[in-house]
Amino acid sequence: MRRSRPASAPTLLTLFAAFAHVSLTSFGGGMSGWMLREFVTHRRWLDEEEFLNALSISQALPGVNVANIAIWVGYRLMGFPGAVIGLLGIVAPGAVAVILIAGGFSMIAPYKLTPIVLMGAAAASIALSLTIGITAVRRVQRKVVPLFLMTATFVAVGILRWSTLWVMAILGAVSITVAYRDAGKDTPNG
Amino acid sequence: MANRLVELMFALTPLSLATVGGGQSSLPGIQRQVVTIHHWMTSQQFVDAYAISRMSPGPSSLLVTLIGWRVAGSAGAVVATLSIFIPTALLVLTLAGVWSRHRGARWQTALETGLRPIAAGLIIAAGYVLIRGMAGGWPTRLITIVTTGILLKSRVTPLLLLGGGMLLCIAFYELGFIPGK
Repeated sequence: MRRSRPASAPTLLTLFAAFAHVSLTSFGGGMSGWMLREFVTHRRWLDEEEFLNALSISQALPGVNVANIAIWVGYRLMGFPGAVIGLLGIVAPGAVAVILIAGGFSMIAPYKLTPIVLMGAAAASIALSLTIGITAVRRVQRKVVPLFLMTATFVAVGILRWSTLWVMAILGAVSITVAYRDAGKDTPNG
Repeated sequence: MANRLVELMFALTPLSLATVGGGQSSLPGIQRQVVTIHHWMTSQQFVDAYAISRMSPGPSSLLVTLIGWRVAGSAGAVVATLSIFIPTALLVLTLAGVWSRHRGARWQTALETGLRPIAAGLIIAAGYVLIRGMAGGWPTRLITIVTTGILLKSRVTPLLLLGGGMLLCIAFYELGFIPGK
């Protein structure tokens, strides 16, 4: 595949600006779509295949997906400093914004409508979380063992409030073992 | 103060590595640390912090920045943010190369499909924990259900839905369905 890049080679400053731009223009998730636009379509620092590869690694490894993409893309483009700048660009502007918004709410805290407004925002933002959850549930295989492990995880962590780490270590190990066995069945020579 | 910072770090760092299938999956664990174990916030304050983090641009895990800020000021904000992002950042830098060299290997398929049900269970638990902490009774739950329905059916920008939630909540309050504070 021929590459039509780079429009202009990234520097640490433009790298930071690109990630900060993605971070500050995305609300409520869906950031990876914006990243594709910024890095592949607009700045042409990566081709689409490289980006999709970065995306799949970021989703597979633990961590916040967009932060993982930023680190990996930054690293691929400019080595370790690029990874640091990538993470900083994605995290720092939003971190400042979240504290400014919280400060704003503290300032209007005395008004009687403030807690009501916050309640409404909470009700709607929990819907974002539920939607992500429903999408995740739909992607689980319709088989007894995965569905059982999913339910057990929910009950243990959500209702019984057990430690996420222990639940993950035990149920995760069972789940990965079963998936490993199944993967062997599907492709006998894999 | 220094003690608080160390507590924040030890509470959040392990959960960084337990973040599977997106930032939402660590939320029940963070809530447990912040509300149940350390009593830094009530469950309702946690829900408020979550709402503020979703009004802000950037990754949703910036909720921890806000928690750190509430617990130990600006140093707390920095420590909490680093605790949630640095461990997995190091993991990505170490493993991403190996991962892309062995694309499609059996152990990768096993990890991806094996973690999927666990992640789904954790994310649904996040929604459940948040709903339990939400104030306002049936009106706010109704807003959550309606908004979820809209999000599943269409591609509305989340900011518009947050604004809609706020307005509906004010309307319910003015109609007397939500008691004032």
